[in-house]
Amino acid sequence: MSVVSDIELVAPGHGACAGCGCILTMRHIMKALGKDVVISMATGCMEVSTSPYPYTSWRVPWVHAAFENAAAVASGVARALKVLGKSNVKSVAIAGDGGTADIGLQALSGAVERGENILYICYDNEAYMNTGIQRSGVTPFGAWTTTTPIGKVTRGSDRPKKDLPAIMLAHGIPYVATASVAYIPDLIKKVQKAAAINGPTYIHVHTSCVPGWRIESDMAIEIPRLAVLTGAWVLYEVENGNLNVTFKPKRRPISDYLKTQGRFRHLTEQEIAEIQRRVDEQCKKFGID
Amino acid sequence: MKAGAVITEPGSSEKKHTGSWRTFRPVIDPKKCTACTICWMYCPEPAIIKGKPHSVDYRYCKGCGICARECPVKAITMVREAPCEKTP
Amino acid sequence: MRKLLDGNEAAALAAKLARVKVIPAYPITPQTTVVEHLADFVANGELDAEFMKVESEHSAMSACIGAAATGARSFTATSSQGLMLMSEMLFVAAGLRLPIVMTNANRSLSAPLSIWCDQQDSMAVRDSGWVQLYCENNQEIMDTTLQAFRIAEETLLPVMVCYDGYILSHTAEPVEVPDQNEVDGFIPPYKYPYPLNPENPVTIGAVGVPDYYMEFRYMLQKAMRASQKEIVNVGKDFKKKFGRGYGLVERYHSDDAKILLLTIGSLSSSAKDIVDRYRKRGEKIGLVRVRSFRPFPVGELIDAIGHAKAVAVIEKDVSLGSAGGLFLDAAASFINVKPKPLMLNFICGLAGRDVSPLQIREAVREAAKAAENGKVKHAVRWLGLREKLVGLEK
Repeated sequence: MSVVSDIELVAPGHGACAGCGCILTMRHIMKALGKDVVISMATGCMEVSTSPYPYTSWRVPWVHAAFENAAAVASGVARALKVLGKSNVKSVAIAGDGGTADIGLQALSGAVERGENILYICYDNEAYMNTGIQRSGVTPFGAWTTTTPIGKVTRGSDRPKKDLPAIMLAHGIPYVATASVAYIPDLIKKVQKAAAINGPTYIHVHTSCVPGWRIESDMAIEIPRLAVLTGAWVLYEVENGNLNVTFKPKRRPISDYLKTQGRFRHLTEQEIAEIQRRVDEQCKKFGID
Repeated sequence: MKAGAVITEPGSSEKKHTGSWRTFRPVIDPKKCTACTICWMYCPEPAIIKGKPHSVDYRYCKGCGICARECPVKAITMVREAPCEKTP
Repeated sequence: MRKLLDGNEAAALAAKLARVKVIPAYPITPQTTVVEHLADFVANGELDAEFMKVESEHSAMSACIGAAATGARSFTATSSQGLMLMSEMLFVAAGLRLPIVMTNANRSLSAPLSIWCDQQDSMAVRDSGWVQLYCENNQEIMDTTLQAFRIAEETLLPVMVCYDGYILSHTAEPVEVPDQNEVDGFIPPYKYPYPLNPENPVTIGAVGVPDYYMEFRYMLQKAMRASQKEIVNVGKDFKKKFGRGYGLVERYHSDDAKILLLTIGSLSSSAKDIVDRYRKRGEKIGLVRVRSFRPFPVGELIDAIGHAKAVAVIEKDVSLGSAGGLFLDAAASFINVKPKPLMLNFICGLAGRDVSPLQIREAVREAAKAAENGKVKHAVRWLGLREKLVGLEK
C-alpha cells in the first residue's frame, strides 16, 4: 500500500455520485502524478461534478474548454509550458469514453500523431453517462443504454467495443496501457511510467458507473474487478511496441460479471454464450487462458 | 468575481458537506479494524481518515458502502441514518 | 522599411514582429500563405515559436486556448469554413477572457461552396465576444494586427483582424514595415492574470451555474463596450510611435455631406474613389468607414453620420432572413435618436463578385432619391445581381 501517496489533490465536496468509480480514478491519477501538472479536461461527469462555480475540487491547475478537444487544449498547454521553460510540469488530458472514442477521436489522433508531449487518460465507463447513459463507441456488446434500449425489435447494443488502445498503438506512440479502478497500484504504476515519458502516452482506465451500469453503489469496485477476473477487461501495457500483460487471471465465466449488472439483465443464455466466445477470442490474443 | 469565471481558491469544494446525501452511514468497529488502508484507498470522496483504527469523515461520506464491502475483515457495517416511517 | 507585401504576408510579418510564441496552424484558402510564411520564419530560426500543425481549425483554436491560458502569446489565422468549424471555440475563448489574436481572410460561406471574398464569415460570428477590426488595405493589416495584441492583452478579449480574401490577401501593396525594436517598444511582454501554474493552481472553465452565469456575461459585455476606449488609445499610441493613426471609424469628406456611404473593408477604397469623382463635379457626398465592428461604435457612428439625410450602407454580407450586419447595427444605433438619417442597405460583392463603380453610383443615386423624397421605398437592395437569372426583369 506504500505505493499510494497520501497527497489529496482532488478535494471532497464534489458532486460525483455515491460510489462513483470515475472520481476514485481521478483521485488516484492525481496521487500518481503529483502537483506539477496542468490538467486539460473534457466536458463530462468528472468535469461537471468538480467545477460548479465557485466550487472547485482541483488542487492543481486545471482547464476545461469543450467536449471534443481535451487533446488539443492539452497540446497547446504542453507547447506553452515548453516555451516558458517549465520542463518539470506535465500536460495531462483527461476525458471520458465519449469525449475520447467518438467526438474526441480527431483531436486525440492529431495530438499523438504530432508527437505532443502529453499524457492522455481516458476514463471509460462505457457510455455517455453525464447526459444520462447513452451509448458510445465503446459501449460493450449487449449493453442496455437509453439509446440501445431493450425493445421488441432491438435489444441492447449490437456493436462491439471500439478498441481505443489498438487505435493508439497504430499511431506508434511510445506507451499505451489499460488499467482498472479496481487495481489501484497497477493504475498508479502505469500513470507514473507514462507521465515520465517525453512524448505522447495513452492510458485507458475501465471505471464503473453506479447509475449507468445499474449496480448497487457498494459494488462499484467489485464489478470492475470481475471484469478483469473474467477477461472482459485485460490489463496490459505496450512500451515501444513490446506487449506486457500486467495481470493474467485464472478466468471466471463471463456470466459472473454480466449477472451483477442491470444493464446486462436482459441477456439470454445464447447472448451470454456469444459474449463468452468473444471474450475467449480476446483473451487468446493476450495469452490469457 | 474573476474575469472568465476563473476560480482561484484550489479545493474550494470542501466547503460543500456532501455528507447530507447519505441514507446509510458506515460504522467502523475499532476492535476489528486492522488499519490496512483498503477502505481509505477505495473511498471516492475521500472520506476515510487513516488511523488506528481508521475513521470516517462524516462531513463528506455519501454512504456508498464501498468501504464496508471491500473491508477484508468485515469491520464496517452500514447503518441506516434515520428510521423510516412506514405509511399506513 | 518599405516592402511590397500581399495581405497575408503583412499579417504573418505582424505576428512575427509581435513575437508570438505558439502558432496552431491549419491551411484554408485564402489564408494559407499566412501559416506558410510563419512556418518559414520558424524553420529558418527567424521566429522562436512553437508551430503546431494541428489537424483542424477547431483544434487550432482549442490549442490557442490551452497555450494562452498557460501563459504564452498565441496566434492563428483562418477563413470561412475554418472560422465556422472553430466557432464553438470562439465563444469559449471570449467567455474565458483569453487574449488570443487571429487574422481572418474574409471569404464567403458554403453552401454553395465558395472560396471567394465576402464578409459573411466574420459577420456570422459577430455574437461571439471577439473584438472585430476590419482593414481597408495591407498597411492596415500590418498595423491593426500589431495593435491587436495590445488591445487583447489589455482588455482580456480575443481580437479578430479581418481583411478581404484575395482582394487584400493576394494583392501586393507597398507596406511600411516597422523594425523589431520599434515593435518591442510598442507591444510589452505577454500578460494573462491567471496562468495555469502549479505554484498557483487555478480552475479555468468552471460550470457557469444559474446563480453566476449572468454576471459573467455582463462582465464580458461591459469589457467589450469598454474596449472602444482601448482601441482608440492604442490607435493614438500607434500614431505617436509609427505615424499612422487609427480609431473606431474613419471619416472621408463626410462632415459636410448630406448623402453618405457607410462601408467596411477594402470596398471602402473603391467607394472613396467614387466620392472623389462626385466631389470633383461639385457634388457633396462623403463616406464613413467602420473599422471596429465589434464593439459596435454607436456613439462615434451617431456623431459621424447623424447629420446626413440619407446613408447608403454598402456591405458584402447578409444576415439571411434579415438584412446586412452593418446595416442592422447602424440602424439600431439610431433607434432612439432624433433626427436620424434615412438608411438604405446594399448587399453586393458576394463570393468575390466585382463591385464596380457603376454599382456604387447606383447606391449613391438611390440614397439621393430617398433624401429628396424623404422616404425609402426598399430598405434592402442587391447590387450587381444577375437579375434575369433570378426572374427579376428590369
